[in-house]
Amino acid sequence: MSHVSRNTLHVKIFVKLILIIITCYILPVTCYSQVSSSDLINNAKQYDGKEIIYSGEIIGDVMVRGKFAWINVNDGKSAIGIWLAKDLVKEISYTGSYKTKGDIIEAQGIFNRVCAMHGGDLDIHASSLQVIQKGEKVEEIISPRKIKVAIAFLIICLTLTVIYFIRLGYGS
Amino acid sequence: MVLKPHLDDFKIIGYYLGKITIGIGLFMLIPLVVALGFKEISPTFDFLIGIGVSFLLGFILTKICFTEKDLNWMQGMIVVSLSWLVATIIGAIPLYLSGHFKSYLDACFDAMSGFATTGLTLVQDLDHLSYAHNLWRHLIMFIGGQGIVIVALSLFVKGFSGAFRMYVGEARDERVLPNVIHTSRFIWLVSIVFLVLGTLALGITGILNGMKPHNAFFHGACIFMTAFDTGGFAPQSQNILYYHSMYIEIITVVIMILGAINFKLHYHLWTGNFKELLRNIEMRTFFVTIIITFIITAIGLYRLGIYQDALILFRKGFYQLISGHTGTGFQTIYAKQFINDWNQLSLTGVIFAMALGGAVCSTTGAIKMLRIGIIMKALKEDIRRIMLPEKAIIVQRFHHIKNTFLEDKQVRAALLITLCYLVLYSGGALVGMFFGYPFVNSLFESTSAAANVGLSCGITDISMPALLKVTYIIQMWVGRLEFMSIFTLLGFIVAAVKGK
Repeated sequence: MSHVSRNTLHVKIFVKLILIIITCYILPVTCYSQVSSSDLINNAKQYDGKEIIYSGEIIGDVMVRGKFAWINVNDGKSAIGIWLAKDLVKEISYTGSYKTKGDIIEAQGIFNRVCAMHGGDLDIHASSLQVIQKGEKVEEIISPRKIKVAIAFLIICLTLTVIYFIRLGYGS
Repeated sequence: MVLKPHLDDFKIIGYYLGKITIGIGLFMLIPLVVALGFKEISPTFDFLIGIGVSFLLGFILTKICFTEKDLNWMQGMIVVSLSWLVATIIGAIPLYLSGHFKSYLDACFDAMSGFATTGLTLVQDLDHLSYAHNLWRHLIMFIGGQGIVIVALSLFVKGFSGAFRMYVGEARDERVLPNVIHTSRFIWLVSIVFLVLGTLALGITGILNGMKPHNAFFHGACIFMTAFDTGGFAPQSQNILYYHSMYIEIITVVIMILGAINFKLHYHLWTGNFKELLRNIEMRTFFVTIIITFIITAIGLYRLGIYQDALILFRKGFYQLISGHTGTGFQTIYAKQFINDWNQLSLTGVIFAMALGGAVCSTTGAIKMLRIGIIMKALKEDIRRIMLPEKAIIVQRFHHIKNTFLEDKQVRAALLITLCYLVLYSGGALVGMFFGYPFVNSLFESTSAAANVGLSCGITDISMPALLKVTYIIQMWVGRLEFMSIFTLLGFIVAAVKGK
């Protein structure tokens, strides 16, 4: 009898452990779904008010507004504005521009189809931000042919300008 | 009998085309300086090549076609229509060399969209475009808004009667001052003063919004140029949504409205005649059409229920509407949201607004307020004629700078241009539908292109068919020049082929 009750106890503990694992780890992961900008823009109604994970490159300026900040994150298709606490942007080192590749980040937060706080903008209010890949400075790649053609045109233009001014001198 | 054009016609056209080509090259010096300033090496070479091609082509044309003869009406109109094509092809060179365009056709699309102050764009990865190329995109809108030919000529021409013919050819049939070159310089003065003020306002707001100072002022200058010239390009891919700022939206609304006002009215405001603002037929019509089209849009959005808050409904609805009505094309929603989130009634309100446009002798495209005002006056006159006794003498007047009696020829001209625009809007929509796009989407995008607005519902994309890209380029060109110079060019080509 005691053997049976001990087994039952073990099964109960095992089931409880499984439930704890599901509650602690699996459920939050399934609540946050990884989505692209196209998904969000094209299916805004479906994702409205839902918790999502959005990742992409930070582009342009990090715009600090009081205790919060705006960042714009481009996933290759479109850029979406993310509103987050000022402390979260401290990790950001590079933002995308002509000369830099911005940090690739992953943001978790609530997606708003029409944000009541921000004048109806389509945005994400992030609760956490993680830098997945640090950005870097981008070296300009210039084709040698482009340089040759530009120099050739420069010489032609300078010659034409000299001819123009010499003729202008003769004319006057 | 159609007369074959004389060799002199070709020479005169070629000579002035050459001068304008050199003028475009001179303007490329500005982004070249910016490229050097920001140490952007590759863009420096791109602009050197662009300048080189412009100067070389301009030099060859002015030498081969050298003439001291003045332009007649036909030649003036042809110079204008061809100049816009030449400017597009040359202006696209540095854009294409940037590597941000899939093909040269796409670069030409953006160049024509810029010069015609439309704002539809096919640029890829805009968020990584150099300062120099980005400035060039906005600068071509500023040049196009003033009128390419007049801008180029006012730089190095003292004044001649042919200039007026080209001024008219660029869809500016009103002179602010008696001399057309003085008029063009006044337009420049107004634009530069507002450029300084607008850049300061937008730049300071940008800094307060958390942008870096150099970025804030660069964006400020770019946004001003495209707002005042009712263009619609912006330095970032999200357009005005990038800033997440109500203040930027308010400032741009003011600048867009200033850009949609007749330069003649600007002159009266500058000289202290504020009463003109209230009496002018264009301003009255503009006010009425904004209210009507906004009511249509707002009812549509209200019925849809997407914007629960009245303030949000106003902010989103009014911004897209005023952007469409002034022909600017700034957006604070994503292009796809027009189709996914707005209903057909709200889209119809915006389509009407885009089709109507701003004032004549402004930087806007489309049918324009003076013509709408005249047509409405004529309609009122006809209704009164039916209702009053047959012997009653009915006189209709309108106020546009001065009091004018409404004449049949004015009504005829207004109706003809309106008809031409309606055909142009429908033609583009038909081509869109031919490629499988739905009716409302096709009409929206076509009206946006032909009325030089730039709002997009998502059709304009690098993957759209090449023929549709060409269609929109032609619509932007024809819509900006308001038909006459294009018809003259077509007539000239027919005469060259069939004439005796």
